[in-house]
Order: sequence, then structure tokens, then C-alpha cells
Amino acid sequence: MNAYPFLLEVLQVAALALVAPLFAGWVKVLKCWSQGRTSPGLLQPVRDLRKLFAKEVLLAENASWVFRFAPYLVFGVALLAGGVIPILSVDLPLAPTADVIVIVALFAIARFFTALAGMDIGTAFGGMGASREMTVASLAEPAMLMAIFTISLGSQTTSLAEIVRSIQGGHHLLLRPSFAFAVLAFVLIALAETGRIPVDNPATHLELTMIHEAMILEYSGRHLALIEWAGMMKLALFSYLGIAAFFPWGIAVSRDLRALGLAFGAMALKLAAVGAGIVLIETGLAKMRIFRLTEFLGAAFLMATLGMISFFILE
Amino acid sequence: MDLELAARINGFLAALVLLTAFAMLAQRRMNGLIHLFAWQGLLLSVNAAIVGYAAARHHLYISSVLTLGLKVVLLPYILHALIRRLRIHKEIEVVVNIPTTMLIGIGLVIFSYQLTAPIRELSTMVTRSTLAVALATVLLGLLMMITRRHAVTQIVGFLALENGLFFAATSATYGMPLVVELGVALDVLIAAFIFGIFFFHIHATFESLDVEQMARLKEGD
Repeated sequence: MNAYPFLLEVLQVAALALVAPLFAGWVKVLKCWSQGRTSPGLLQPVRDLRKLFAKEVLLAENASWVFRFAPYLVFGVALLAGGVIPILSVDLPLAPTADVIVIVALFAIARFFTALAGMDIGTAFGGMGASREMTVASLAEPAMLMAIFTISLGSQTTSLAEIVRSIQGGHHLLLRPSFAFAVLAFVLIALAETGRIPVDNPATHLELTMIHEAMILEYSGRHLALIEWAGMMKLALFSYLGIAAFFPWGIAVSRDLRALGLAFGAMALKLAAVGAGIVLIETGLAKMRIFRLTEFLGAAFLMATLGMISFFILE
Repeated sequence: MDLELAARINGFLAALVLLTAFAMLAQRRMNGLIHLFAWQGLLLSVNAAIVGYAAARHHLYISSVLTLGLKVVLLPYILHALIRRLRIHKEIEVVVNIPTTMLIGIGLVIFSYQLTAPIRELSTMVTRSTLAVALATVLLGLLMMITRRHAVTQIVGFLALENGLFFAATSATYGMPLVVELGVALDVLIAAFIFGIFFFHIHATFESLDVEQMARLKEGD
């Protein structure tokens, strides 16, 4: 029996779980530089996670199983998505089991349980955060699916591995307007989904403006560590998803180790560039009023729809 | 440059023109609106030059330069000067809220695609597919004139509508005859001056450029 596919899956999940904290650290370091502060170093998120894992778990008195179960589910779902999205190679044994729509649904499951957990302990902030998160989700998800469909129209499949293959074999791709619209829409949605600055500020616990932080306010110890880790993985996952759907050059198509090494290098470079892009957006923009979010995500939906229309009109 | 590549660039520019049209619908600030209008003019100018080069219609170069001078430099400059002189910087009031306007806009794009589909089948030109976008730009300019209350915004909507017509002319027939284009350019310029004068009069009479105020002009209240 060939061990290569299994080795590949292990490598993929490792590339997600271990690279995600480093990626989060990289974004923080760049942000510190851009603001003229001294950075805590690339490994700070890893140190934070280690500290949290060592700490005791404190549960609220009326916390039910949902509250205790949610962190493991969120973390597991992120790992599963890491096994399906082509990060290093398209030759994944798990890839045929799930297409992009399933990946969007996986994110939705994680979000659903985080929102439930936020409401479970019955604090005001938890409920507020949950309601806001679901508002954002209800606007972001249709836009996300539209963007994905636009890409699928071009490559005539919803499987990410196949999309990567068809883009790598394609030509004149960057001059396709539908593609450009889909990229723009995807960037807006990814900012909203991962809770970055124009939508949510990941760095603060400012009571009235927080969205994601409000839901996980009651978590502690290893539960919090898992959720934070899953959050970093989500940021990395969205980057990988964007890279796979729009800029997949470098992802290994053939089965040899040299291609894998090359894919790893390409991945690191692209992640570094994505991090720089995030920092550029975050330092350039201010956080938006929450009632403006409908316009922000409406714009994302509009771009995705325009992409789809221009596929029919112009291509 | 081969025709295939020119058609691709033309399609890409058409998408950008559509994007600026939508951005103008979503824009709340007067300054941003005028900047977007200038960008749209620049895209049109580049498009005219590329179509002119690919189809070897050299009079399109002249209309490209004309567009550049008029719609990218002169008209935005006049509009900027106007809003500075009349001290209008506040956010634009809209009749219909912005997400709804966007949805109507998407509907208009689909409608114009449907409408131009038969022409697309008949035409043999490389740029035929951008006709739908040109018609959509015209309709979006019209939508902007309808959904905004402010006189300056309505004028920008009118000019965007004219941009759509110019785009339709370059993509459907490789540009109008030079005489016609010169005439249109002169008309737009004269119109801009007349608008300017009217703005001053409206502003002097009502101390505002909100066209709702003009309902007071009715007799027998």
C-alpha cells in the first residue's frame, strides 16, 4: 500500500496547525513595525497558546455540554478543512470527499457552535456577540458562495483540487474580469469572516464593538487555547483558500518530493505576502460602524454577482 | 497587438467601467464621486485608444485625447471648483437606500444583457460583447439621476450617462464620425458651463442645491 497520500495529509494538517500561529505572529510583527512599535517576536502566539494550555479551566456554573464541546468541535473542523483544501498538493485522498461548498458549510458549523456556546452561559456579552456574528455570517455566506461559483464557472467544477488544476493549465487568466471581481469579493468576505479590521478588531476587548471576542469571553485554559488556535487556523485557512482558488501557482500537481518542497516554499512566500496585504489594509482603514456592515458585505455580494454576470457578458 | 488580446483588454476595461459606475452609485461623498467620474473618463479614454489601435481607426486617438482632456481634467476641475465655491462637502442624501439601489443596479445590468443579446449574435466585431456593459452604464447613470436629490450629483449622473453612450459608440461601431464626436464634446462642455451658472442661481434662490426645494416653485400653494 502506498503511504504517500497519508504522508501528504499529515504534512497538510501540520502545515496548517503549526504554520497558523507563526502566520498570526508574522501579521502581528508586521503590524508592530508599521506602527513603529517593538514587536513581541514571531513566536509570541505559540507562547500564548502554551501558557493557556497549562492553565486551569474555569467553567461558569450553568455551562452545559455545548460550552465544553464547542472548542473541540471548532478545532476539529479547522483541522478537517486543512485536510481538504489543497495547501501543498492537489493529490489529496480527502479532496474528493468535499468541494468548496462543503468547506463553506464546515466554517458555518464552527460558527454555529461558537454562537451557541456564546449564548450558553447566559451573559449579556455572549448573546450580543452571537447575534452580531450571525448577522455578519448571514450577509457574508451568500457573497462567499457567489464568489466561489464565479470561479467554478470558469473551471467548471466546485472541487478545489480540480480548480487548482484547471487554473494552472489555463492561460490569459489575469485578464478575465470575472476573476478579478471574484478576487475583490473574496478579500472583502475573508476580512469579515476572519474578523479583521474594517469589520472586527482582533486586538481589543472593547466591550461595545467586539464581535468574535464577545462570544468567547467566558472561555479559559485549554478551551480558550483551542479556540484561539482555531481562530489563527481560520485566518490561515482563508489565506490558503484564496491562494488555492485564485493564485495556485506552485501547488504540487505531480507526485514527487521536489515538487512538494517547491510547494512549501511557494506557500511560505504567498503567506508572507498575504500577511503584508492584511497589515496594509488594517493600517489603512478604521474599524467600521456595525450598522455599516450591511453596506460593506453588500458591496462584496455586488462584486461577486458582477463577476458572475461579467462571466456571461464578457467571456 | 492582435485583435484577440485587444478584445480581452476591452472586456477588462468594460468590467472596470461597470465597477466605477456601481462605485458612483454607492459613493456618499461629493469629492469621492467626482474622483470616480474622473477615473471612469480615464478608463474610457484608454479604451478608445486601444480600440483605435487594434481596429486601425486613427480618429479614435483624437476622441481618446478629447475624452482625457475633457472628462478627466476639465469637467472634474469645474465640478471641484463649484463644490468648493458653493461649500458643499456634506454627505449626499439619497432617496432610496444604498443596498437597494445596488440591487436595482444589478437588475439593470441583467436587463441590458438580455436586451443586447440579439445584437451580440448579429455583430461580427471583437468588441461586441461590451455593448451590454455600455447600455448598463447608461442605465446606471439614469438610476443615479433618479435616486439622488442633489443637483450636483444629478449632473454627475448625467455625465456618467454620457460616458456610457461614448463607450457604446466605441464598442459597437468603433467610434462615431469625428465631426459628431467633436460636436458632442463641445455640447458637454457648454452643458457644464450652463450647469455651473444654474447652480449659482439655484443656490442663490434656495440657499441649497437640494432639488426637492424646487417643489416650492409651484403656483397656488
